[in-house]
Amino acid sequence: MRREALSVAGVEAVGPYTLLRLERGRMEPGIPGQFFMLQPPERVLPRPMSLCAAPAGQLAFLIDAIGPGTRALVSVDRGEQISVLGPLGNGYRIDVETPLLVGGGIGVAPFPYLSERLGSPPALLGFRSAWHAEAAALVPQAEVVIDPVLVTEPLEELASSHNVLACGPEPMLRAVQQLAPDAQLAWEAPMACGYGACYGCAVEIEGELKRLCIEGPVLQQNVRQEACA
Amino acid sequence: MRILNASGCLDALTAPEVTAQLDAFVSKTVTPLPREGNAPVRIAETDAGMLNSIGLANPGIDAFLAEKLPRLVDVGVPLWVSVGGFEASEFAELCRRLDDRDEIDVVELNVSCPNVEAAAESAAEIVAAARNATSKPLYAKLSPAVPDIAEVGRAAEAAGADGLSLVNTIRGLALDERTLEPVLGPAVGGYSGPALKPIALAAVFACYRSVRIPIVGMGGIRSGRDVVEFAAAGAADVALGTTLFSDPYAPQRVRDELAAEVAALGYSHADDVRGLAHGEANRQLLVEASRT
Repeated sequence: MRREALSVAGVEAVGPYTLLRLERGRMEPGIPGQFFMLQPPERVLPRPMSLCAAPAGQLAFLIDAIGPGTRALVSVDRGEQISVLGPLGNGYRIDVETPLLVGGGIGVAPFPYLSERLGSPPALLGFRSAWHAEAAALVPQAEVVIDPVLVTEPLEELASSHNVLACGPEPMLRAVQQLAPDAQLAWEAPMACGYGACYGCAVEIEGELKRLCIEGPVLQQNVRQEACA
Repeated sequence: MRILNASGCLDALTAPEVTAQLDAFVSKTVTPLPREGNAPVRIAETDAGMLNSIGLANPGIDAFLAEKLPRLVDVGVPLWVSVGGFEASEFAELCRRLDDRDEIDVVELNVSCPNVEAAAESAAEIVAAARNATSKPLYAKLSPAVPDIAEVGRAAEAAGADGLSLVNTIRGLALDERTLEPVLGPAVGGYSGPALKPIALAAVFACYRSVRIPIVGMGGIRSGRDVVEFAAAGAADVALGTTLFSDPYAPQRVRDELAAEVAALGYSHADDVRGLAHGEANRQLLVEASRT
């Protein structure tokens, strides 16, 4: 875990999403599926983001600007500095024989880096519109489906013969796990700190509330996030 | 001037390198029985602070003593243990269990968690019950959401508190941008961060004039300048909370900034700044005046 102020190298639109490129400094990219805490300017808390790509000398993050923190992150200018902490948490195990990436929406974020580390395996990506699906261009060998078609449709045939590595919205992850019980799933939860201090990201894992930042975010188990008390 | 963490804002066992920057580590509040804590969502950012509704998640006193305490000792930082309960008798029982553990320097009484139902007794009654159960130094952590915190502080001192931790979070609510429903699972949570600083400063300022016991100031501290202000208001020590979430290396940074701020003001130690907000007045006289 290291914290450094990194310079913004570029801010690019990818469909409705934004690819934020930062100069890497002395930060390590870590294992695909691990995440970093990015401090938006003028906000109180940093935001957890998985690494999207690790081009030479850079760290790149794919951001869906849906709230005040993510909007502040994508509004930065080239040359501005952003404090970054990481890499954090547990990423994907990449010692798998027949990887298949399965992603939905902004869940595509960790796949460019994951794909690179796995030697460009096949990928199934689902999006809610053709505009959102522009992000699929970041992932080699991607088969794209667009709402109302779901990734589980093409996955049905492929699940049993592949090691599934998935990232996406909760309902998608649950559906993927039904078809591929051993799938590695990257979950999400609101986090204040990312390193186990705040207990904010507690989710139910096998009947117990645990910190997703420490136990995950990539897990083979099912996670429950809805109110359970 | 010691720099501590605010209770519940750091896990020494998962972040020992962060803890090593502190002069003392304050544990997450321990309760008699294990608590899972509140249902998610548990945190929400607002424009000038954050809300939490963790709800005192902890393994309970038995597991704390058996499993956590030995490992906390290994971290090698002086240890304060925060305790919480729903009745004064529970606080007393917790203090009894901690009393003979030499590895614990201070017991902090969390009489003011905004995320669980408050104990029926007053802060002073809880302090008195705890006082009868242990000879360890007792710090009472107070809520700023009272009409007269100086009065609560005086009562805690009279009941046997050795210090005050000022302040706990204050209840707040955040609504979702689109649905307008509460963001947090239990709706309201404890508000902390920069917005809490003036409230905390006012509490330290008021209590400094009313009690003789030392005060740990906390609430929105992010910089060495903030620490100078808490010292000037009367804090003997300070604790960092929300700022640890955005910067785990804040304790060392704040300590360095504090030294520079104090020097820039023409003083050699942070302790020289203590009470400056009260003008030339002698604290003893202020305290006596507050009691007449």
